[in-house]
Amino acid sequence: MSEEAKTSLNRREFFSFLAVGWITFGAATAGFASLIFRYLYPNVVFEPAMDFIAGLPDEYAEGVDERWKNGFGVWIYKKDGKLVAMSNICTHLGCIPTWLPAESKFKCPCHGSGYYPNGINFEGPAPRPLERFKIFRNPEGKIIVDKTKVFRYEKGEWNNSEAYIDV
Amino acid sequence: MIKEAINYLSSPLFSFTAFIILFALAMKRIDIVGTKKFGWGLLIFVLVVFVWMVSDPVFFTIISLPDNVPIIILNGLVFWSTWYALYRGHQNDLRIEAGEGPIEGTPENREKVWAWPNLVYTELFAGILCTIFLIVWAIFLKAPLEEPANPTWAPNPAKAPWYFLGLQEMLVYFDPWMAGVVLPGLILVGLIAIPFIDVNPKGNGYYTFKERKFAITGFLFGWLALWVFLIQVGTFLRGPNWTFYGPFEYWDAHKVVAENNINLSEIIWIKMLNMGLPKNIFVREIFGLIATFGYMFGTIPLITKKWGQSYLERMGAIRYYIMLALILGMMSLPIKMYLRWFFDLKYILAMPEFELNL
Repeated sequence: MSEEAKTSLNRREFFSFLAVGWITFGAATAGFASLIFRYLYPNVVFEPAMDFIAGLPDEYAEGVDERWKNGFGVWIYKKDGKLVAMSNICTHLGCIPTWLPAESKFKCPCHGSGYYPNGINFEGPAPRPLERFKIFRNPEGKIIVDKTKVFRYEKGEWNNSEAYIDV
Repeated sequence: MIKEAINYLSSPLFSFTAFIILFALAMKRIDIVGTKKFGWGLLIFVLVVFVWMVSDPVFFTIISLPDNVPIIILNGLVFWSTWYALYRGHQNDLRIEAGEGPIEGTPENREKVWAWPNLVYTELFAGILCTIFLIVWAIFLKAPLEEPANPTWAPNPAKAPWYFLGLQEMLVYFDPWMAGVVLPGLILVGLIAIPFIDVNPKGNGYYTFKERKFAITGFLFGWLALWVFLIQVGTFLRGPNWTFYGPFEYWDAHKVVAENNINLSEIIWIKMLNMGLPKNIFVREIFGLIATFGYMFGTIPLITKKWGQSYLERMGAIRYYIMLALILGMMSLPIKMYLRWFFDLKYILAMPEFELNL
């Protein structure tokens, strides 16, 4: 073969170059896409645990207790021998209401929904009462709040035996 | 004394009603509003009142928040551009009445110029000025740096960005499904649909008011009363717990406001019929269902008979009924606001079992 003939590709060589090129391009794209995909998942998740031990029933005074609000998003409410765990998420648009001890009500800072201490909505746009979580006692007598199970008033679920504990 | 009266009168019921009345008067007497004399008078009046209001320390604290200063500037721009368009429209209406044709149609205004350099130069300088303005803004009005986000805690009051405060104010009167999805969707779809619904060629390329009275009034009502006004309320008059505070009222987080709201079903079954709520939710909400369907469909023939005949003939049935549906959707907001203020009505149709509340 002469020197000149080597400068051009034959059909087989052309396709092998093409294949190498596409494989490289595809691998680079896939690698980049996988990086993006990885980026969508956070390295650390600061989500509170879905269930927690809330101590003994005697530790709670009558009324609303805020000690688990910042850690777990739960208010404990004790009244007339019943102890319940209330969600702190407003049923209107999911803001976090403030407990106002002086007015004895929960008041949402976003659109002004108001709730009685037992979680029943009475003012503002909230369409339904605060949700309650599953609550029970472990063998040692300590309270366990399980946020994976929710009880809704308008569905008549607050009388469910898991929705409260007798104290 | 005057300040207390203003605090009292700026509650949404009074201020919204006053705003609508003033708006209707302005649209009625465009021959007064659309003059330079009125424009100057209004400007001087607003400036004097504004300076007087700023001298109050409480009002000054609220408006001098970094978030709120640009809104004051924007208010001025909204007022100015609205008045200017009405002024130009009124000038043209006078000319058209005199048989001269709009000012944009005169030979000296029909002269054509090149995009380069005439337009491109203007755009360049506008771009430079905007950049300077934004840099100055960024230097003098610093964005607040707050603590890390905490999913179990919310600031009080928790406010949306200023351009969404109208929506947030709407949400006070509606279920999130309505005020967060359906009504904003209607706004977007409606604005996109305007050029397809409104095929009236009048007003193309020139200012006018008289030839497009209904279109201009309808648009400005939605824009000024239901969007801009609600942004003002949400920005300046809503404090802790989203309670209403007058412009000179200290934002006391413990201000007690009685606003027990009740659903239509409770008003009728319990208060009027003394019966207690029926178990079946469709029986319970029968009045809400009737009211909702009556409003959405029953009003259409009435409106058409009273006002719509000429529009129906001119626009064609499809355009006309789409326009009517959009207007009914828009008017549901002020109607619901007044029902809340007068009857403490929470929801006309309350079915939290299906997440459906109107």
